[in-house]
Amino acid sequence: MTAVAPRQQAFLRQQVEEFLYAEAALLDAWALDDWLLLFDRDAKYEVPCNDAPDGDPAHDLMLIDDNYVRLTARVTRLNSRRAHREYPHSRTNHQVFNVSVQDASHDVISVTASFTVWRFRAGRSSCYVGRYRYRLRRNDGGFRIALKRAELDMTDLRSVADVAIIL
Amino acid sequence: MSTNVQARRPEEAEAAAQLPIVDDDPVTQRFRVHRSAMTSLEVHRAEVERIFAKSWLYVGHESEIPEPGDFVRRPVGGRPVFMVRGVKTGNVNVFHNTCTHRGALVCRQESGNSKVFQCFYHAWTFDSEGRLKGVPDRDAYAGGVNFDELGLKRVARVESYRGFVFASFDPDIDDLPSYLAGAKDYIDLVVDGCGGSVEIVRGTNQYSFAANWKLLVENSFDGYHAESTHDTYFKYLVSIGTDLRGGVSGRAIDLGNGHAVIEYSSPWGRPVAKWEPLFGADARTEIDRLRADLVARHGEQRAHAMAEVNRNLLIYPNLIINDIMAVTVRTLYPPAPDTVDVTAWALAPNNELASLRHRRLDSFLTFLGPGGFATPDDVEALESCQQGFASGGVEWNDISRGMGRVPMANDEEQMRVFWRRWQHQMGTAADRAGVQ
Repeated sequence: MTAVAPRQQAFLRQQVEEFLYAEAALLDAWALDDWLLLFDRDAKYEVPCNDAPDGDPAHDLMLIDDNYVRLTARVTRLNSRRAHREYPHSRTNHQVFNVSVQDASHDVISVTASFTVWRFRAGRSSCYVGRYRYRLRRNDGGFRIALKRAELDMTDLRSVADVAIIL
Repeated sequence: MSTNVQARRPEEAEAAAQLPIVDDDPVTQRFRVHRSAMTSLEVHRAEVERIFAKSWLYVGHESEIPEPGDFVRRPVGGRPVFMVRGVKTGNVNVFHNTCTHRGALVCRQESGNSKVFQCFYHAWTFDSEGRLKGVPDRDAYAGGVNFDELGLKRVARVESYRGFVFASFDPDIDDLPSYLAGAKDYIDLVVDGCGGSVEIVRGTNQYSFAANWKLLVENSFDGYHAESTHDTYFKYLVSIGTDLRGGVSGRAIDLGNGHAVIEYSSPWGRPVAKWEPLFGADARTEIDRLRADLVARHGEQRAHAMAEVNRNLLIYPNLIINDIMAVTVRTLYPPAPDTVDVTAWALAPNNELASLRHRRLDSFLTFLGPGGFATPDDVEALESCQQGFASGGVEWNDISRGMGRVPMANDEEQMRVFWRRWQHQMGTAADRAGVQ
């Protein structure tokens, strides 16, 4: 943490929390077109494999490694009736906590948070647990997402089958 | 469940079923599989004994343990084992992961490097060749214990082919090359196509879902489902500039011993070695070079098969090697009749150009991965089938597509090859008179 007074620091964290809660609400409402508007055109959305949470998409296999084009395609897919795994959609509950602003000294601020994402569909429930890493750009008093990365704490995907929803 | 498993005598194991679960009638060109194959607990138990305990099962790839002392642990055929490169011999050892003293796991990390494996319970210590090296307070034992015989237990048979390490719990099984039969040539195409030297990429897909494992065997080389199930994936490919108009055409081949492959033309690019605009101009030079190298080494015909032809290969019973827009090595295991554990890795050439590696991994995770645009829909399809079986009323699955013609890649001859071998190996345990 560089050159940010404690009160400003708390204010910034509060702003970030509100942003992340709003993002979670869009996902839970399946308002994916609106959710996509939170991302910059050069943004990334990454989910590493369970056994390589530090995975680098340049040379490690990832579960998800979306640039803006593929993220847009993901949203198009999930909005369609032909994403069979998510038609009809699951009910989800994205829970975000332990929010911490790691570095606010630059235009892009680094944030970590814990998450649980609950997914319910056809009588079955599954739960994703892990840590978010965000890079957020300040924008008109708010933020835009430059990077969203969801590192899973589960040692594998056996309890959840897949990552067809957005974490 | 009405089956009386206890009533079967061992000598009946090789006998043919009177009412086989697999109804294979070449005269009427009918091929059906009774759905009890996917739902019966008796069938499941018999599969564990007659198939998973009596086949060569994929353990891992030698590239995962390049250095002496490197190890990985994982279940094989549902049993915890670990694979370690011996410090003294350099050999690939595969051990039952159980202390010879009281049973605890001796290898409790997923992977790493170690000269010794110590059971934490009573601190018995084994070296990377399995020898028992340390027993605390050894003098307390009388003469009845022979410590020389208490080394780690090796899995009965371990052999490798082109870096793919297989193990079998059956000491009397055929040697691996005989077992692999015609599948050897297809492993050669994958490995030689990659320049002869391949590696498993870091990052593993480990997922499970509520369907019988044999449905995923079928699905892993089912050309017929692609258009309907994976519409969103193909739309995505088109949206990023892949030209799918060439379509897929090809054939299914029986490779012997239950192994089978479909091979078909590739509308999409392949990092070895079919360029498409999506790969970028820089990669074109490298792909041209890779292809020319394949021609020089293997001749035009074989180079074509390596570079431009896709292959979805089943090594019976539960190893899939799909060499498509990326290469996946995937194992399946059923912890229960209605559950399958999938473990999948990406295989790639050593020393691959960074941009091609990145594209390969992109293609892998988008099509083959559980976070991609296709695999979740396969999961949905297979779970949906399993749920449909529970409805009853319909007893049979039809697998007869293409029986009246030379089998095409989107026919089902490859599935019939699997099922015929399955029925043969199950014998009377796959008799629907005895199964519900």
